[in-house]
Amino acid sequence: MYVAVKGGEKAIDNAHALMRTQRRGDSAIAELSVDQIRQQLPLAVDRIMNEGSVYDPELAALALKQASGDAVEAIFLLRAYRTTLPRFGYSEPLDTEQMQVERRISGTFKDLPGGQILGSTYDYTHRLLDFSLLASGEAEVAPKEANALSEALAAGNSCPRVLELLNKEGLIEQSRENGEGDQTPRDLTREPIDYPAERGVRLQNLIRGDEGFLLSLSYASMRGYGDSHPFSGEMRTGCVSVELVPEELGFPIEVGEVLLTESEMVNQFQGSKDHPPQFTRGYGIAFGRAERKAMSVALVERALRADELGEEVLYPTQDQEFVLPHTDCVSANGFVSHLKLPHYVDFQSELEMIRRLRKEQRAGDEGMIEKEQEADV
Amino acid sequence: MSVESQQERPAATARQQWMAVLAKSDSDRLQQYWQGLALSPDYQFIRKPEIGLTMLRGRIGGGGQPFNMGEMTLTRCAVRLASGTLGISYVAGRHPQHAITAALADALLQEDTRQNLLQKQLIEPLQAELEAGRQQRAAQANSTRVDFFTLVRGED
Repeated sequence: MYVAVKGGEKAIDNAHALMRTQRRGDSAIAELSVDQIRQQLPLAVDRIMNEGSVYDPELAALALKQASGDAVEAIFLLRAYRTTLPRFGYSEPLDTEQMQVERRISGTFKDLPGGQILGSTYDYTHRLLDFSLLASGEAEVAPKEANALSEALAAGNSCPRVLELLNKEGLIEQSRENGEGDQTPRDLTREPIDYPAERGVRLQNLIRGDEGFLLSLSYASMRGYGDSHPFSGEMRTGCVSVELVPEELGFPIEVGEVLLTESEMVNQFQGSKDHPPQFTRGYGIAFGRAERKAMSVALVERALRADELGEEVLYPTQDQEFVLPHTDCVSANGFVSHLKLPHYVDFQSELEMIRRLRKEQRAGDEGMIEKEQEADV
Repeated sequence: MSVESQQERPAATARQQWMAVLAKSDSDRLQQYWQGLALSPDYQFIRKPEIGLTMLRGRIGGGGQPFNMGEMTLTRCAVRLASGTLGISYVAGRHPQHAITAALADALLQEDTRQNLLQKQLIEPLQAELEAGRQQRAAQANSTRVDFFTLVRGED
């Protein structure tokens, strides 16, 4: 508990003005525009959108600028803005099989149908600092004239999911039973999580979860604290059309496109009395180009299926009551940061208590010594 | 989504097609083509441009049960022409002017008198630009297509 304090208005105003000055930096250097951030720091922008849980690159770039590049602060700003907007319903489920793929790789299948497409990536770079960027030189850009288009890409045909294609033998679990109808998923922004949470709610929670936390949990589970060392079945990035059905129209319309990254992990599964041994799947998806996030979501998502698959829950990553309440960076930051608020009265009372305890202990010790002395006599 | 459910989907109507083009087009390009048409229809707002959110849904494993993924900003608008025709728009992002123009175009496209003109001078060129962008992205992606070879190890 903390007790309200008064005063300090002037100092607080000045502190905020100082923050704005510091954010601007040296005024002899050109100011960064929101468009520049959006265009030139897109991976930072994607992270803000994911954890802010709002797809809007311009707003995310604005938040990043306002927060001086502090991702968690920017995410908080976006979450706060989100609460001011009305909700116009739910989209139709996105069809990622119809994604216009700009990158698609598999760690399991060398010759996947449709081919491996590296897209734009930092993989395979040597991680050497590029001093030509420091010298404000123009970086090398992709050649305009590319190879002949593959028929599939040019025609914009769908790009079937690898795991579904290779599922013919039944060695990999299916993402849904045959003939199973759609159920309306719960929305954790509308109702609090009820434990045990169903798979869709867990996914919603993980997708807006802190990337670092999920990455570390994944890492821990791969190293042995969670028995999850999967293969990357497929990872794809690209644009997907968004459709919704406005009440006044009653038919679906496309309203735009979103850039998404999707990850599918394949894990071994020993089988249970209901299921033969087969590969199971972990699923991750994220806004923008966010591979680390999508993979981490998929790894943790699979680890959290332990209960459902009859695996023993031995480690924190498999325990949804440990993972789900602690993924949110806004909550985590809020609770840790609240320690900065005045706790003067709290602290005063604990101080009093320590003093009293010490006094009592001293008195007790003196009493003991007296008794010992009496006994000696 | 499974192959079956795609086949169940009926072909998009003409209105669905032009609404998709109007929504997906770049805001600036839409305004340029619109102004080029020099139309100034009489209309009133049924719903002034309004910014809100829609919850995007995905499917678990890509093809399984739906789940809520995260929200997206969205602008919507509705207009009524003097003739009584209603035009509606839903546009991803925060773009009030884009939403007004798209709603007006949607209304005019439903009227036989203007449909041809708007199809030829607004929808078709915008669609061509969307397609060109798509082709360019496909070409760039295709230049990074790779074949990995598995090497035989020395000890064999």
